[in-house]
Amino acid sequence: MNEFLSVFSVSLFLATIRKSVPLIFASTGGFFSERAGVINIGLEGMMLFGAFSGAIISVFTHNPWLGVLGAAIVGGLVGYLHAIATITLRANQIISGVAINMLGVGGTIFLCQVCVSGERSFSLGPADRLPVWGSFIPLVYMAFLVVGLAYVFSYFTVPGLRLRAVGEHPRAADTQGIDVNRTRFFAVVMSGVCAGLGGAYLPFFSGSFAKNMTSGQGFIALAALIFGKWNPLGAMAASLLFGFADALQETLQGRGGLPPQIFQVIPYVLTIVALAGVIGRSVGPAAVGKHYRREEKD
Amino acid sequence: MMMTRSRLAGFVPPLISLLLAAAVSAVVILALGEDPLNIGRVMFSGSLGSLRSIANTLEEATPLIFTGLCVAVAMKCGLFNIGGEGQLVVGAFAAAWVGVKLTGLDPVSHVVICIAVAGMAGAMWALIAGVLKARFGAHEVINTIMLNYVAFIVTNYLVNLAYFKKPGQIPQTEDVAGTALLPRLDFIYTYTRLNLGFILAVLAVIVVFLILERSKLGFEIRSVGLNPLASRASGISVVSNTIIAMAIGGFLAGLGGAERVLGVHKHFISPFPFGYGFAGIAVALLGRNKPFGVLLAAIFFGALASGGAQVDMETRVPRELVTVIQAIVIIFVACEYLVTKMGIRIRGVATSE
Repeated sequence: MNEFLSVFSVSLFLATIRKSVPLIFASTGGFFSERAGVINIGLEGMMLFGAFSGAIISVFTHNPWLGVLGAAIVGGLVGYLHAIATITLRANQIISGVAINMLGVGGTIFLCQVCVSGERSFSLGPADRLPVWGSFIPLVYMAFLVVGLAYVFSYFTVPGLRLRAVGEHPRAADTQGIDVNRTRFFAVVMSGVCAGLGGAYLPFFSGSFAKNMTSGQGFIALAALIFGKWNPLGAMAASLLFGFADALQETLQGRGGLPPQIFQVIPYVLTIVALAGVIGRSVGPAAVGKHYRREEKD
Repeated sequence: MMMTRSRLAGFVPPLISLLLAAAVSAVVILALGEDPLNIGRVMFSGSLGSLRSIANTLEEATPLIFTGLCVAVAMKCGLFNIGGEGQLVVGAFAAAWVGVKLTGLDPVSHVVICIAVAGMAGAMWALIAGVLKARFGAHEVINTIMLNYVAFIVTNYLVNLAYFKKPGQIPQTEDVAGTALLPRLDFIYTYTRLNLGFILAVLAVIVVFLILERSKLGFEIRSVGLNPLASRASGISVVSNTIIAMAIGGFLAGLGGAERVLGVHKHFISPFPFGYGFAGIAVALLGRNKPFGVLLAAIFFGALASGGAQVDMETRVPRELVTVIQAIVIIFVACEYLVTKMGIRIRGVATSE
């Protein structure tokens, strides 16, 4: 029993936070987009672009803050691409997301090989890394700040209400004079910004960029969003839970006992269960996935 | 006459999309300071320039035919099966299991059993998402994504068990028995990895065509895809067709996994080569969800892959260019609105003259 309890230490707590940060950023990103009615399964690709651009910019400029800013901007640009495809050009939102993920995997390796002459990974020098404030790099505090802002924005401000209205009933929102497509554009770009920051955390934490370093975290973030019932606070709680499972898995590794795969599988299984409605059904925004065209009947 | 014209017209938007994608790719290559024409030449010689290249192209195309059909069948039923990845991995593991552990069979029945079990395993995996969709209305997109990861993790667990694991550091199974191997089509090119699985894939295209276009089941599946409410009103079961369409897709993806194990790798390894399932979405999209369209699109993406490998070897352009091109193709094909608008404009100019 003592052996079992000894696992729960300060270091496990710190590891939980560190594992959760990219998920918190990206699931908040998913929140913006999906609540406005645009499915975003491209979070993974957006994170990868954020990870690469954050790392490469700070390696070239030796200014990690510029790297963070660059990751947010590049993430936003990828979000913009998703918005143009799905809103302006009425592409299927899922297909566009799949394409963005492929672009993220292929594009970042491609650019990496071009920028760092043939390499598929590179390290950040000491000057290229973010300072440590307390126990964490600043992005950790930013993640929680972003969740707070997203929550206040969407539930206590008029533009936030509009954003959610556009995702629930775009026609009603339109008759109220809300520009549906502009609101969705804003939401999808914000989604990219958040996912880009979540991706940037990875190289700044580990000190290097490696191909495919998000390794499916964009999809876990999507799972956290759904398990957290499409709410930023819920998504944050789910991210922390999934981060905890991951941290626990690493702590327990080599101690025998449960196989690590049990912990790895938790986010996915919980999400499937939540969607099926076994424990408190998770229902998404009503108009998610549907294009809005003023000139057409619903 | 009208029939053929509208059939031909169906090819126009994908072709325009391909041209646009080629133009964007050329710009990317130019930005790298390389000559797009030269890259195109290398790409061509690596994909179609010799018997060896052609064999490589068809070998790369084989799993994409299966995963492309997997997506297309579900799409005909109005479902988005993006779980081809996981269904293929589960099928691959099942094929390796039966291929390694079952011994003393003659080659024909061993291969048939392995393939059947792989298909069933893929179908069962897809069935989870199908049943959840049909019974609870749970979104199949999210569930198939989640099940992809569950498949990777579960097979990773299984392959590490002493019962399956080949002694050593790498999490892989022993090679399958010689009787379970799909014969290589080495009369085309001696060292090819192209195998009988390609022929099976072409047969699968024909069978899926017959099911979708010439059978009652196919009619019902397409009917549910076009209008579930009207289908239900006319006595077609939305629930059972949803489940069946997912299961057929999973079966096909599972066959793709069997082909990789029995024809190419000879064992299951974790992580299993990634990306066939997602590329299948691109294939189905480009092939307009039609079985023969899927075949053509899969060969096209196969050519891109084998040409890309050649580009990687001969030039400074990394092979990931191919993934980027794939993504660009998908975006343009998905933005059909843009392309049809351009098509209308072109036609408008033509008629006004």
